[in-house]
Amino acid sequence: MTALTRRGFLQGTAVAAGGLVVGCASPLPPAPLAGKAQVSSFDAWLHITNDDRILLYADKVEMGQGTFTVFATLVAEELEVDPQRIEVRHAPANDAFKQPIQSTGGSASAAGRFIPLRESGARAREMLLAAAAERWDVDVEALRAEDGAVLHDATRRRARYGELAEDAARQKVPREVALKSPEEFRWIGGEFPRVDAAVKARGQATYGIDARVPGLLTAVVVRPPLRGGRVISFDATAATALPGVEAVFEVPTGVAVLATNYWRARKGAALLAAKFELPEGRRYDSAAMRAEHERLLREEDGNELRHDGDVGEALELAPVTLDVEYHTTHQAHATMEPMNCTVVPGEDHVDVYIGTQTPGIVQDVVADILGLSRSQVAVHTEFLGGGFGRRFFPDVPAEAAEVAKRAGAPIKLVYSREDDIANDFYRPATAHRLRGAVDADGHPTAWHHHLVAPSLIKYMVSRMGGAMGPEWLRGTLNALAGAAGSVLPGMLGPVLSHEGAQDQPYAIENVRVASTLWDPDIHVGIWRSVGHSNNGFVVESFIDELAHAAGADPASFRRGLLAEHPRHLAVLDLVVEKSGWGTSRKQNQGIAIYESFGTVMAEVAEVSVRGDEIRVEKVTCAVHCGTAVNPNLVRAQIESGVIYGLTAAIKSQITFRDGMPVESNFHDYPMLRMNEAPQIEVHIVPSNDPPTGVGEPGTPPIAAAVANAVFATTGQRLRELPLRLATTDA
Amino acid sequence: MIEFTLNGEPRAIEIEPETPLLWAIRDELGLTGTKFGCGIGQCGACTIHLDGEPVRGCLTPVSAAAGRAVTTIEGLDPDGEHPLQRAWIELSVPQCGYCQSGQIMSAAALLSGNAAPSDADIDDAMNGNICRCGSYGRIRAAIHRAAALREEEGSA
Ligand code: FES
Ligand code: FES
Repeated sequence: MTALTRRGFLQGTAVAAGGLVVGCASPLPPAPLAGKAQVSSFDAWLHITNDDRILLYADKVEMGQGTFTVFATLVAEELEVDPQRIEVRHAPANDAFKQPIQSTGGSASAAGRFIPLRESGARAREMLLAAAAERWDVDVEALRAEDGAVLHDATRRRARYGELAEDAARQKVPREVALKSPEEFRWIGGEFPRVDAAVKARGQATYGIDARVPGLLTAVVVRPPLRGGRVISFDATAATALPGVEAVFEVPTGVAVLATNYWRARKGAALLAAKFELPEGRRYDSAAMRAEHERLLREEDGNELRHDGDVGEALELAPVTLDVEYHTTHQAHATMEPMNCTVVPGEDHVDVYIGTQTPGIVQDVVADILGLSRSQVAVHTEFLGGGFGRRFFPDVPAEAAEVAKRAGAPIKLVYSREDDIANDFYRPATAHRLRGAVDADGHPTAWHHHLVAPSLIKYMVSRMGGAMGPEWLRGTLNALAGAAGSVLPGMLGPVLSHEGAQDQPYAIENVRVASTLWDPDIHVGIWRSVGHSNNGFVVESFIDELAHAAGADPASFRRGLLAEHPRHLAVLDLVVEKSGWGTSRKQNQGIAIYESFGTVMAEVAEVSVRGDEIRVEKVTCAVHCGTAVNPNLVRAQIESGVIYGLTAAIKSQITFRDGMPVESNFHDYPMLRMNEAPQIEVHIVPSNDPPTGVGEPGTPPIAAAVANAVFATTGQRLRELPLRLATTDA
Repeated sequence: MIEFTLNGEPRAIEIEPETPLLWAIRDELGLTGTKFGCGIGQCGACTIHLDGEPVRGCLTPVSAAAGRAVTTIEGLDPDGEHPLQRAWIELSVPQCGYCQSGQIMSAAALLSGNAAPSDADIDDAMNGNICRCGSYGRIRAAIHRAAALREEEGSA
């Protein structure tokens, strides 16, 4: 594992340092982007054509979080050109972008590319200046770059970047480039609109599901109701008699029906009379899980993750103690665009069209299944109709490759919404026992958190080796990863599941955090903000409980415990000011402060309660995310994260009975809608620090902010997600 | 053979009459701006206009379109410059963007019958459209903005 990580890191460094790809040596195929024009490549990201187009390959995908706009801004800032002039496209899967895996997640796109993409723009600018100096035989110092052109003021000469690109790409690559200081920023920090808004408002953006190639058949797969089930029999007669149904065959995951359109494939699928053998053994069940979670919380001590002071003694000595349990539930990602993948077999290569967070893994998995080398698999990343972590997992392209292998023809595998919800990698359901103590002065003296949670990496571990390492090692790496897949989760425990619990920031003398690994034996995975989505609810609800136990104002109570955390204090003060916290009219507010992905968020929710219905009227947010590359996009992401978390907090859950999810579509897995969406205000703490993530941090605090507001309004402390008021209280 | 106009063009397709318009439009006629989200009338991603009325493409059989006018996001405005589309761009409404064709088609139907919708009117008209990216606040603002744009231009 160490060797792998290290290799990936070194490769990543090579790309970041820009020494990898220069001039015509680019390993990438930019030609399709450029049409007939000649392309000069400055590095793997940046390409300029001789007809003056500036093309940028985004190696982080656009799934709504604004990557294209941010990437254009970062390059444009140093290249001295209007970001709107930069044409951004998804990068193909290519080893040039491995670091260590070509993937998008962890709210890391803007943060991770803040320096490298500016350096890319700055290097290209220097090379364009050098080319002009050479051409005009003048001192480079006498030149300046402005609005996509190089100017020589003394002679009033001007050359557009496109005219210089070819010569520029041949210049020596500067080893070091000076980047602008924040006061010099012209575009960074600006509010201009998203570069992808127009195509998306006109229905012209193409998502994976929109792929169209000649002879394409739509495939649907009828799967056994339980993962691991096996096809015993099916009858294709009725299906193949339908107009447009071209083929029915078995694949490892079920029975595939291929037809000339989706509707025909779906109709055929309904006529298969497929019989399955289901795996023996325990069938996952939400009620049984709950009982087991409660037993573990009460009987186990957990693996210690942190122990400061002596929690046992502090709990014994304190005049006021709390001992409570919190429970969270499974959630599906329910990306708006159902899962899909198009695989087009060619002579000696295949083309894959997909919206994915992991082009590198898709390439490797498809190559592996089809017996090809990675270089024979061209992954065309399309816009993602939502990702939220679901499109990190390569199960769908793997199934599509199996279908294409049998079909020998271009196929587009399309999930129904029911398939999508039944075959997700769900947010884990977790259980938490919290014990706390408050002394006679109202000061908290103990914090004891025991959580029961599964490993989130089990499935991914077995898929990542191939995409990280060199091609020739794939078999070995996959085998190793397979072994690691059974060992690592046990060793590492629920690594991602306890983030935010272990490192809660409050200055309390005696703290113990421990976890018990419990495997639900279903696919669980990374769901927007991952472990934080559950731990944000628990930690920020329980600190609120301690505040009330101490008879303190929840905002002041937190402030007293956050002296060592200036960014927490900054968002706390800002949200208190902007939300009118504590003013006499505001008896219906709840607050939560939480750090994730390097960003600190504070949220104040205002609720109203009618009968047993919780309505969230308004959410005021304050965020510290370092430099806001585009404050408009930062606000959009926080708004989005709040709605996403709120849906899970008050609307929906996935429950299991007999091993299968009970909910199947939006009628029984409802989403928050327009009439339920609160007014959301986002205030950004001004900062010149490097940017930190914004795609996920809006999500973790919202459930607690709402639960705390419900407590303030009704006196009911809700310790389970989704939040449900006791009906008798109405 | 079923005949209708699609974005003003006469079209005829040979297809099972119960095929939902969504799939006829996307898979047979090749216009992919209209999206599939749930297939059961719950999400609104497939919203199109039938003689100007908003309908769910996933639940409306192609036979219901016979002799009528079907409008999709691609045909809402010949230049893609409908006031809603301009407002959507100006306010950076789309995130992933997948739901937005349906949102805009629902909003267009609202605006065609109500030049200055209230927040409550917007709730009523837009409740059937899910945005998993949570762009509701911006959708609301953009509908108000589009209404204002139309008013300015109408009175100009
Ligand atoms: S796809 Fe038609 S309403 Fe969801
Ligand atoms: S913008 Fe992604 S679902 Fe609405």
